[in-house]
Amino acid sequence: MKDQHGDPIEGRDIGKNLSRRSFVKIGVLAGAGLTLGVSYRVIKGPEAPPTDAVFSPSAFLRIDVDGSITVMVAKSEMGQGVATALPQLVAEELHVPLSQVSFAFAPAHPAYGTAMGGMQLTGGSTSIRDSWFPLCEAGAKARWMLREAAAQRWGLAPDQVQMNEGKALHPDGSKLTYAQLASAAALLDIPKDVPLKGPSEFRVIGTPAPRLDVPAKTTGEAIFGMDAGPSNTRVAVVARSPVFGGVLRAFDSTGALEVQGVDEVVELESGIAVVADGYVAAKEGRDLLTIEWADGEWSTLDDTEISDLLKEAADEDGATVRKEGDIDSVLTSDREQIRAAYTLPYLAHATMEPMNCTAWVRNGQCTVWAPTQFQNAPGLVGGGARQVAAKAAGVSADNTVVHTTFLGGGFGRRAEQDFVREAAELAGKVDGPVKVIWTREDDMQHDFYRPASYHDFSAVLGVDGMPEAWCHRIASQSILQRMVPSWVPDFATNWAGTSDPTSTEGAQDQPYHIPNVRVTYSKVDLPVPVGFWRSVGHTQNAFVVESFIDELADLAGQDPYEYRRELLSEHPRHRAVLDTVAEASEWASPVPGGRARGIAVAESFGSFVAEVAEISIQDGQLHVHKVWCAIDCGMVVNPAIVRAQMESGIVYGLTAALYGRINIQGGRVVQSNFHDYQMLRMRDAPDIEVILLPSQEAPGGVGEPGTPPIAPAVTNAVFALTGQRIRELPIQIV
Amino acid sequence: MVKFTLNGEPQELNVPSANPLLWVLRESLELTGTKFGCGIGQCGACMVLVNGQPTRSCQMPISAAEGSEVITIEGLSEKGAHSVQEAWVEEQVPQCGYCQSGQIVSAVALLAANPNPTDEDIDGAMSSNICRCGTYPAIRRAIHRAAGIQRQLASTDDGARGEE
Repeated sequence: MKDQHGDPIEGRDIGKNLSRRSFVKIGVLAGAGLTLGVSYRVIKGPEAPPTDAVFSPSAFLRIDVDGSITVMVAKSEMGQGVATALPQLVAEELHVPLSQVSFAFAPAHPAYGTAMGGMQLTGGSTSIRDSWFPLCEAGAKARWMLREAAAQRWGLAPDQVQMNEGKALHPDGSKLTYAQLASAAALLDIPKDVPLKGPSEFRVIGTPAPRLDVPAKTTGEAIFGMDAGPSNTRVAVVARSPVFGGVLRAFDSTGALEVQGVDEVVELESGIAVVADGYVAAKEGRDLLTIEWADGEWSTLDDTEISDLLKEAADEDGATVRKEGDIDSVLTSDREQIRAAYTLPYLAHATMEPMNCTAWVRNGQCTVWAPTQFQNAPGLVGGGARQVAAKAAGVSADNTVVHTTFLGGGFGRRAEQDFVREAAELAGKVDGPVKVIWTREDDMQHDFYRPASYHDFSAVLGVDGMPEAWCHRIASQSILQRMVPSWVPDFATNWAGTSDPTSTEGAQDQPYHIPNVRVTYSKVDLPVPVGFWRSVGHTQNAFVVESFIDELADLAGQDPYEYRRELLSEHPRHRAVLDTVAEASEWASPVPGGRARGIAVAESFGSFVAEVAEISIQDGQLHVHKVWCAIDCGMVVNPAIVRAQMESGIVYGLTAALYGRINIQGGRVVQSNFHDYQMLRMRDAPDIEVILLPSQEAPGGVGEPGTPPIAPAVTNAVFALTGQRIRELPIQIV
Repeated sequence: MVKFTLNGEPQELNVPSANPLLWVLRESLELTGTKFGCGIGQCGACMVLVNGQPTRSCQMPISAAEGSEVITIEGLSEKGAHSVQEAWVEEQVPQCGYCQSGQIVSAVALLAANPNPTDEDIDGAMSSNICRCGTYPAIRRAIHRAAGIQRQLASTDDGARGEE
């Protein structure tokens, strides 16, 4: 027997062989249905992991003997809804209602490397964009094979068989369930190309289907990293250098070992682990360690030094990341220049679930249970959880298994694998499974922070009040330099001439029509660990761009909405969300007494979002009463999830705008817990109204794009109310 | 030895008396629905009911639970059938879900004390719980919905009693 490509298929375990083999061929799509304008990397090479399913024509889908349909979710569920939206894609093409589908988190495996460069990673709001084709195709191929099986059983031509609601329908009205067809379907050749549905045929995509993970998240049954692992798992709490770059000189564990329940104290690359029978003893033991740290060269670093370094760097010539027109002659002319400088602080992620990871090393095998955003990256520097754990535990990646749990928030923090590395290293040094739990203080003080940044603007207005020149100089640390050095040009030269798109996104591509533009980036080297924080460079650049354009509108004596609109004549999607949010908020009509509105718009991660905030200030206290949000994220898989993500992104960004600041003093982080790193709470949460623009454009992201516009919408409202221009976050009302 | 009632079942435990109720629940009793968030009584992820009162279990030494009735998220109902849990599902509140056990317990306590809370009442009672996913608008809707469900149940009960 041969499959349709002539490869021999051997043995009785044909379903398994087919499922492995078939994955190689995914990626060549018959274009009868939908054509998406997204870049989809052709998956080739990796075989699907072994399966015991009756029918599994793809690594993403299994149908078992009882007819149960399971979608393997290869993205991390951290609240953004992938455990529902990805199964919707499969259900659509499989012709089953979502209620018949369950999900499981995929293991770390190359077959699931749909993210950039073959990584199994959840980040950059890419899940839908990465998964649309592979998952729709997985569903379509399975349905095609099930129909073929039914046709053979009935002696019909395949097109005489209708597939509906998880059943094959004979013209005479008789039916066969997918469960009845699965084993026959597994014997069939996997089709090379199958047509996918067009948007007009969608029945599951585009519907506000209830989330598959919600029931377990209302009963306490959902398993997060904190809850995972074997029942005999011990707990460790780790002491890490409080000063960036500090190294361990000596320690005394006598006190720690006297704590009832403490078993052992283990030195790790990152610090000292106290292992105990439970968290309380482990933490008490950790706190009783006597440690001598060598603080190193950064022990006097503080906010003033950092802010001076950033400012100096912005004054120097950075790398030019955008240049249009002849900005030098406009700026050196004797025409009036408008200048403004903006400052943004470091921010912690503060996921609700502190960092943690459980690991068990035995017989050359490493198993980890991790709430991670990054499972697998063979070949990449550092790698994903699988590579990181393998290296730390001293076993091969092939002998390392990663179980992804639910994530109690991610926001980019869990794209780092430091917490996995530590647990795996410890597990390699002790007997039995061990869970490293970070205290909230550990989590806050050993984060990978949103970089602090400094922004220097100069602009010249034309006689019509419209900007004729726009110069934006950015200084900040580079995230990619550490994460993916090869993505930062001239990495080795280490200073001017380098650039990092995650520092300049939202600035180098700001959409306003201005004839003379220059955007520069100066990379600053500091020891503060920096990382991806929900919407990354857009968190800083949307704030400064949308604030400075608001300044220009004011100087031009024009309405900030109309001013933007005029400058966006070539950007219809920006304009559409602006118009929508202006209409919804009744922008043109008077604001209730004592209140004011501000507006902002930003494109990020393939989606366009405009927001209006309505605020008041009473006794020096800023109150955000209402936020209107319009989003065009292209084709929508689940509108309820999109709305929830907009609310989520707004609250996340508002929290940072109102309170967020990590201070550095003595080379260490000052803040430690929610008492000094404040969170937005129910009483301060605004009403939020979200409007989804109907769109047939390729899908964009939704996890992050709600965040960028909220800070400038609020600060622009502050200006409208009081005349105070907020040029530094968090907001301080004077 | 500490004795208390947990989700209706009597418990007798021999654990260090200073250990917080949170970790006794999670580690000794393997009820992991109650979450660790901050350890200093700031976030409410560890909220449980002690004698009907919303209580931060990370701040309560197990010795203080002696003789009390403790209810956790697992003990609110069989299979998520509590009106607040139903409302949470109907309003699709959870995102990451980590804080939601605590949110639900706080909401149960609020509605027990105040069956018809206003938005201001909700602000007052629910500001003890942090959610980093920003589910606050959904929680507000769900609490109003749960109040409606409870009113309906109460009127059905009254009606049923009236017919007896």
